[in-house]
Amino acid sequence: MTRYAGNAEALRALVREQEVHRDVYVSEEVFQLEMEHMFPNSWVYVGHDSQVPNPGDYFGTTIGTQPVLLVRHTDGKVHVLHNRCPHKGTRITSETCGNTGKFFRCPYHAWSFKTDGSLLAIPLKKGYENTGFEQSHAAPGMAPVRHVRNYRGFVFAKINDGGLDFEEFFGESLSSFDNMVDRSPAGQLKVAGGVLRYMHNCNWKMLVENQTDTCHPMVAHESSAGTVVEVWKKAPPGTRKPMAVEIIAPFMSPYEFFENMGIRIWDNGHGHTGVHHSIHSDYSAVPGYFEKMKAAYGEERAKAILDENRHNTVYFPNIMIKGPIQLLRHFKPIAANKTLVESWTFQLVDAPDMLLERTLMYNRLINAPTSIVGHDDLEMYERAQEGLHSNGNEWVNLQRLYSPDEAEQTNVAVNGTSEWPMRHQFRAWSKFMTVGM
Amino acid sequence: MSMLAEAPLKNAVPTDQELIDFVVREARLIDQQRFDEWLDMYADDAFYWMPLEWNQTDPRLTCSLMYEDKLLLSIRVERLKGARTFSQKPKSRCHHVLQTPQVDSRDTAANSYVTWTAMHYVETRLEEQTLYAAWATHHLSVENGRLKIKLKRVDLINCDAAFGNIQLFM
Ligand code: FES
Ligand SMILES: [Fe+2]
Repeated sequence: MTRYAGNAEALRALVREQEVHRDVYVSEEVFQLEMEHMFPNSWVYVGHDSQVPNPGDYFGTTIGTQPVLLVRHTDGKVHVLHNRCPHKGTRITSETCGNTGKFFRCPYHAWSFKTDGSLLAIPLKKGYENTGFEQSHAAPGMAPVRHVRNYRGFVFAKINDGGLDFEEFFGESLSSFDNMVDRSPAGQLKVAGGVLRYMHNCNWKMLVENQTDTCHPMVAHESSAGTVVEVWKKAPPGTRKPMAVEIIAPFMSPYEFFENMGIRIWDNGHGHTGVHHSIHSDYSAVPGYFEKMKAAYGEERAKAILDENRHNTVYFPNIMIKGPIQLLRHFKPIAANKTLVESWTFQLVDAPDMLLERTLMYNRLINAPTSIVGHDDLEMYERAQEGLHSNGNEWVNLQRLYSPDEAEQTNVAVNGTSEWPMRHQFRAWSKFMTVGM
Repeated sequence: MSMLAEAPLKNAVPTDQELIDFVVREARLIDQQRFDEWLDMYADDAFYWMPLEWNQTDPRLTCSLMYEDKLLLSIRVERLKGARTFSQKPKSRCHHVLQTPQVDSRDTAANSYVTWTAMHYVETRLEEQTLYAAWATHHLSVENGRLKIKLKRVDLINCDAAFGNIQLFM
């Protein structure tokens, strides 16, 4: 039964001012519509250009559930192509990433394509003479994603022509990318350390919402962070605080800490926690790092860059970055109740290795399938995914610190425990879901 | 020999059989959820390492699934006992099937012994039962007449796959 396809009214009715209908999480039909409309209408993160440094380098990923390829063309430009042979649909690349040389060659019938996707050659070309091949869907080659933008190394693509242009879509939110990149004395990031992959039996939006949910850490993470604090209390006085304790213990900060740290709200569902301080604020200094930053930017600017302590910046629809530790999480939708979480880490070019070491430690302590902190969160998502099937109440409450005039406001900093960012994410969801309907 | 208590080494230098018994006992303590005794098999400066990458050599600048010192391991053990450890309500259970451990190297002068053990590990919770295949490498040494783990490295055959929660120890 279809209830929502082609029915903008019904889709909009799923999102109210202070609550959302459970179908946004559990309905397979709504999920399919997200893949058809919401993701293609949005600028979606594809990858970092350091993953494809040389001509012919490629990296395979997804926009929603559609397979695409990030590839460096011979002219040095990065392209995003639909990862599908125009002949019979075969996925072109066999590995997630690699170098294809000067052209892609389909493994099925050996049609070949330049690294910008255009058709290079077909074996037995004669067979297509006088068949009107030039007018076919196959003739142009691998279809490119037409709207691609590389912002300081981060590549985004938009499949549909509708929706907003890049600047309009992101606006001021790009400042979080700026700060993350500026933390490198060379002004450059490199993907490093490997990617952690974690399968979640829940809807992808639960993860996105959780990035600005500051009322859960001291509750859900009592098991992990709370235990760290307790065990650490028993250490003999004067013991040097290990990096791991520095990383995990702040999850147990009290409500006031999170209230005071603030949340910033931008247009189109973007926003960040940690306006004033964050759980990353009190890490020990890394020897030699500030000197390098000072040499590169001058003391005042270097200080300003490092004083920024944004905690989680959410880029609608499905990534989050942590500027202070150069980490990006990609919430990849697979089904209404299934999400692949990829956690990527970056090296600050020309900065001490210890920064990457800390980033990797954070990643495996918090985001790994073997991480105790990650277990706390996933348990809650999966319980929610099940609980939402109860007919006792069809609505999810997002009312905390609601104010009736908030929808018109943008670029404001509010109480750090507000659910405004989540309400804003759903306003954006509703908008990009129904563009052109 | 009963597996319930740790058998003291007969001589200053462990025999191959003593190394093998030690590795087998470690798996059994995990299966029986005797985590405090299990932790006691680790030296104070021990590490437990699960690489994320096939043939990974660097635990510092390449991410791992786990690279934990004894403090972090003891935090895990404490957490498993916690009243508000919701991901362990109900608790996970696990089961090891080991091939006979092979003694790869014995260096008595350096007090270093390395064993290699192929294994299947099953973890269950609620309706879910998940099978993992792995190789465990134990770096052991003798401290005060007892064998201790200096490093346990667990290489999953599909180390780079996307897993759900892995909650206990392999
Ligand atoms: S399917 Fe690709 S060449 Fe035939
Ligand atoms: Fe959390």
